[in-house]
Amino acid sequence: MIAKPTIPDPLDRPGSQIGKPVSRVDGRLKVTGGAKYAAEFNTPGLAHGYIVSSAIARGRILAVDTAKALALPGVLQVFTHENRPSLPWFDRKWKDDDAPKGSPFRPLYDATIHHALQPIALVVAESFELARYAARLIHVTYEADDHQTDLREASAHAFTPGKDKGGFQPPPKPRGDADRALAEAEVSVDLQFTQAVEHHNPMEMHASTVVYHNDGTLTVHDKTQGPLNTQTYVCNVFDLSKDSVRVISPFVGGAFGSGLRPQHQLFMAALAAITLKRSVRVELTRPQMFSFGHRPETLQRVALGARKDGTLTAVIHEAVQETSQNENYVEVVVNWSGQQYTCDNVRLDYKLARMDTHTPLDQRAPGAATGIPALEIAIDALAAKLGMDPLELRLKNYTEVDPNTGKPFSSKELRTCFRQGAERFGWHKRSHAPRSMREGRQLVGWGMATGVWDAMQGQAVASARLGIDGTLTVGSATADIGPGTYTAMTQIAADILGLPIDQVSFQLGDSNLPMAPLQGGSWTVSSVGSAVKAVCDRLRDKLAGLAAGLNDGPLKGLRADDLVFADGFLIAKADPSWRMSITEVMRANDLLVLEDEARSIPYYKSQMQHALGTHSAIFAEVRVDEDLGTVQVTRVVSAVAAGRIINPKTARSQVMGAVVWGIGMALEEESMTDQSLGRFMNHDFGEYHIPVNADVHDIDVIFVEEQDDIVNPLGAKGVGEIGIVGVPAAIANAIYHATGKRLCDLPITLDRILEA
Amino acid sequence: MSQPTGPASRSHARKQPAPPPEPMDVTLTINGSRKTLRVAPWTSLLDALRLHLDLTGTKKGCDHGQCGACTVLVDGRRINACLTLAVMTEGRAVTTIEGLADGEALHPLQEAFVEQDAFQCGYCTPGQICSAVGLLEEGQARTDDDIRELMSGNLCRCGAYPNIVAAIRQVMDSQPASQDGGTP
Repeated sequence: MIAKPTIPDPLDRPGSQIGKPVSRVDGRLKVTGGAKYAAEFNTPGLAHGYIVSSAIARGRILAVDTAKALALPGVLQVFTHENRPSLPWFDRKWKDDDAPKGSPFRPLYDATIHHALQPIALVVAESFELARYAARLIHVTYEADDHQTDLREASAHAFTPGKDKGGFQPPPKPRGDADRALAEAEVSVDLQFTQAVEHHNPMEMHASTVVYHNDGTLTVHDKTQGPLNTQTYVCNVFDLSKDSVRVISPFVGGAFGSGLRPQHQLFMAALAAITLKRSVRVELTRPQMFSFGHRPETLQRVALGARKDGTLTAVIHEAVQETSQNENYVEVVVNWSGQQYTCDNVRLDYKLARMDTHTPLDQRAPGAATGIPALEIAIDALAAKLGMDPLELRLKNYTEVDPNTGKPFSSKELRTCFRQGAERFGWHKRSHAPRSMREGRQLVGWGMATGVWDAMQGQAVASARLGIDGTLTVGSATADIGPGTYTAMTQIAADILGLPIDQVSFQLGDSNLPMAPLQGGSWTVSSVGSAVKAVCDRLRDKLAGLAAGLNDGPLKGLRADDLVFADGFLIAKADPSWRMSITEVMRANDLLVLEDEARSIPYYKSQMQHALGTHSAIFAEVRVDEDLGTVQVTRVVSAVAAGRIINPKTARSQVMGAVVWGIGMALEEESMTDQSLGRFMNHDFGEYHIPVNADVHDIDVIFVEEQDDIVNPLGAKGVGEIGIVGVPAAIANAIYHATGKRLCDLPITLDRILEA
Repeated sequence: MSQPTGPASRSHARKQPAPPPEPMDVTLTINGSRKTLRVAPWTSLLDALRLHLDLTGTKKGCDHGQCGACTVLVDGRRINACLTLAVMTEGRAVTTIEGLADGEALHPLQEAFVEQDAFQCGYCTPGQICSAVGLLEEGQARTDDDIRELMSGNLCRCGAYPNIVAAIRQVMDSQPASQDGGTP
């Protein structure tokens, strides 16, 4: 449905599985309770662990009194820093695939408290309730030190990080003289922004079940976005060989980044299982879900200068973001501001400030979800000052190349997003003056923003096994945290070999499968999908070769390019009556099974010569109660350009869900720190608000056509992140349009609206 | 609640802890079959289902009654299994997600959830579906706004809400009118 017909492409033939709105292949398991998540693998003799968390934010443990807990019958052990087994000393043993520069947190390593809610003991007991009860009997005495959890104070010592994390690019060097251009600009805006801490809070709490086998090997069921990452961590930390640790995590109850790094419940469960030689499960509580990584608090300044006709003359974007004392967590916050619009004078600055918190962690569209709203709110403020339609201002400064690098985009259908989104929303009916669209005591506002995200690809390997009955099993050690990876990969494989969907199955979430990168950054379809395509292409070629070699067969001498694969048949393009079924080809060659494995490698050369990205235009309608300050987001249109869409049904759900995230980010989500205690005080769903059903109304998703043969062989860019980016800005801009109040601190809670 | 101790904690260090409670027999009907369980009185219905009966379709999302992932039907009424002790269900009929389908034939809400793509990760889904069964039984929802309001005790972090409303609407519209004859 996405590709233009100008470039011939075997994937576009009629009957193609790619582009079909197929219902999730794992749907039945999920609606019947049959899908098993990390804490749901029950095994005989399973012991249960419960974590005790630090009550202070920084200092030392002086003593842990575990006597009362241990005296209870059924309590097996209490692990603390005092009785833990020997653990590796070198940082590299604790590193994982998403670790930034620094020294990863080591649970139970010593008496030092680095951050609030730090896990300091693990109680293991015969039952969950007993472990929980015993945990309350453990008495810990501390020596507290002063802590720093105030980003404004900490930012006095901010520093410029290097290329401290995979995928991170420091801001480009300044171009022109942005400060001078700003001072001389005919029209300018200069705004300060804050972005609150947000916690991922997937519905499934982090859990690990470690099954201990009599030969000392482990089967680990972990909540992870990468089974191989979990395997490597357990092997490195506990000095085990890869053969003795198998990770099986077929279902993950959401993660949004929280499963990119092994979390401490994995360490705890593995430690207890290995030491006690028993199977152990450790599940965090919801409050403990606030004890590890989070979207970092960020302070920003965006200043824009323009000529009266709207031509941008200056862009300044500065950000200071929190990191921990032990690691340099970095994300791309400001670079986007040099990429979105044509401007000769640009200065971008990104700094980190150390605080006594757990290291922040990638959360859906890390960096972009924070930086783009600041830019896009500033653009809206500039449009208001210029008296211009904010859509016109964006089109006026539109760029076809990435101004940061001078490279052309491999594809960028953002103009089409603007046009189709505006049409669907009815943007031309907007009355541009603020407070001009009220309905009784409800102030109605329409706002818009742009979104952008990378289109990345990593190396991946997939295996495939085709049976003589025409059933195909494909596998790769990726995860499916909810986007529909099982379904999309099944479609790609079925498409290439021309098989019905129900004859194809895709396996993931198993460390025994071939290598796949972490599921994150919207790159699974691009990376793993390309590997699936590669291995299926090989099977296709093999089948074609086998058929061509049959001297008395109808396809003798034909090559794969001469054939169409459909409905389980190899069919000659020249004459569709020349055909053989897969079963016939294999039987004639005395084959019961055809197997292969293939690695997909990005088109590095052409990718290096281009800027790669997904783009979106978001239009939002809000109703603000004039008396109460409550905001309802009544309508959102998100028009997305993300290359080929493998499955419009599941992709729409991804974007829709990300819009819901954007609503949370704009209006609700904020982990609030009690500065005197140095800890998050609203650490549960009663106090940390995420959108509920009643908060969400009409969300309309448009996928615009976009052809791209550089991003990967599928031309699919992935849509996990793009849906959220820019949504908070569209909502904030709509609130401005409704109320005339320019609010730059997210979330925009009703007190902020009333006080502004 | 996860922070049991600290410098300012109660001086319970001197008190002897209460011994763990003794298990009790509880007889109840689960998904149509009668079961007798031996559980301690501190065991929630949720943990009894997940750990004692291996019915892991009912999910734990907060253990505090704040998310709805553990929604099951007790005597046809939707409740949070994490806020219910197993011993409180003596003699009652509990229906979980595992008990909704009729053999291979899915419950209409299960069908509709798949068709409308009313989930992504699937973790809140059993609770959403059980809650929706209870909602239809209550017969109070008429408009989409009613559905949104009456389903707001079931959080979905993937943000599938519009599709959840569509799935419930699809089943409501296909049912005879007598189903929504409840008192508002």
